[in-house]
Amino acid sequence: MSEEKYRILILKSKDNVAVALQDIPPNTEITVSVSQEIPTKITIKEKIPFGHKFAVKAIKKGDDILKYGEVIGRAIRDIEEGEHVHVHNLEGTRGRGDKIENN
Amino acid sequence: MSMFTILKEQEEGVTKLKITKEGKFLGYRRQDGKVGVRNHVLILPTITCATQTAQRITELVHGTVTFIHQHGCAQVGVDYEQTFRTYVGLGKNPNVYGVVVLGLGCETHQARSVAAEIAKSGKPVETISIQDHGGTLSTIAEGAKVAAKLVQEASTQVREWCDFSELIVGTECGGSDACSGLSANPAVGVVSDMIVERGGTSILAETTELIGAEHLLAKRAANNKVAKRVYEVIAAMENRSIQMGVDIRTGNPSPGNIAGGISSLEEKSLGAANKAGKSTLKEIIDYAEEPSEKGLVWMDTPGHDIEQLTGMVAGGAQVVLFTSGRGTPTGSPIAPVIKIATNTPMFEKMRDNIDLNAGTIIEGKETVEEVAKRIFDEIALVCSGKLTKAEILKQHDFGIWRIGPTF
Repeated sequence: MSEEKYRILILKSKDNVAVALQDIPPNTEITVSVSQEIPTKITIKEKIPFGHKFAVKAIKKGDDILKYGEVIGRAIRDIEEGEHVHVHNLEGTRGRGDKIENN
Repeated sequence: MSMFTILKEQEEGVTKLKITKEGKFLGYRRQDGKVGVRNHVLILPTITCATQTAQRITELVHGTVTFIHQHGCAQVGVDYEQTFRTYVGLGKNPNVYGVVVLGLGCETHQARSVAAEIAKSGKPVETISIQDHGGTLSTIAEGAKVAAKLVQEASTQVREWCDFSELIVGTECGGSDACSGLSANPAVGVVSDMIVERGGTSILAETTELIGAEHLLAKRAANNKVAKRVYEVIAAMENRSIQMGVDIRTGNPSPGNIAGGISSLEEKSLGAANKAGKSTLKEIIDYAEEPSEKGLVWMDTPGHDIEQLTGMVAGGAQVVLFTSGRGTPTGSPIAPVIKIATNTPMFEKMRDNIDLNAGTIIEGKETVEEVAKRIFDEIALVCSGKLTKAEILKQHDFGIWRIGPTF
């Protein structure tokens, strides 16, 4: 499948996620060109809906997830390159009253 | 007139409004020197018990506006003050020519006190109370008579040339999606900078939706005091969810935000902060408080769309820019709200409600700057009288940020 068909956006070079600017079907090969450490071609593992994010590199559990060059949350499990990144594997760390122990 | 900045184009015999001089619009000059972009007579119920009566008056008298609410009694302390400030601010908004303040008579938020504060702006203010006037029907009759007189007076006021430096523009995003931070919000950010460069005021708000982006705004603060206050208002907002023992994500981002690709509040905030452009942050003001500085100011409000909108309009915003990814009907009884789609599919689907499309940025058809120019031009037109979709649909939303319980 031709990667030119799919428009994506990586906002800052240190980001580890990209945004799909249209629906991307599974097993699509996408070219990403941000910096040397990011592979030039990655395979999208699952459907990425318009506006959603995918990992442009492997992210370890507990690592920060970066978009706009800023922290948008952390990985709650290991995330593979090309995987959909959303509420199932990313958690926000702010306003988390549920994490406060009540004695 | 030498300053002929409006071009009356003849198009098949029809004369249309077109602003050709950048940074100007046709507004209503008020007694206190401020400039309105609308010429409403506001029927202001200071208590929920008077809202139905106010509604009846607006049905009888052309040119009047009002809003339904649940407040104005059994409120105390800072919560009483915030509601009071909101009522007064809405009455003082320069889009309002004159006000009929409508009370019941026995409530904590006395119509008389609200009217006295509004009257300081020099505009005509009348006070009517249902108990004093012997019930609903007599009050409707009296209110309608007074309102009709004000509406006729208002109709004789002529629009004149005003400058963008006289505008307070509220900025807001609601029903955000992942495109919000990529298209419409950056475009509004450029517009915000354009307004600031021309000496006007731009309000950033939605403190909740700046959690995670506060460091970027603190860096741009005019001084250390403002930078310190950035962290204080953020901490206060974040602590409200922490004290409740809840994950803020159960309320924000909303299910629609999440369906649109936003995964966390931080991600939403970083997109939302784009609305503030690159200008220096001059001050942080309280909810419904009037800015004391020109330039970029931050009003401390919740992320709730209608509460935020009401706060900014009570703070004096004559016009509001509202970006949306999911689509929303939001409007104000007092200020025109220009709604901007972040993506083209939603714009196409919700043309009834949305004024402009920034989805062209996502499609690569327009740059952020090109869309910003279109928004800027639309502000001049709307401030000169062009109606927004929300105004045409009488979308008169109202909500006060309550900060205490009712007693």
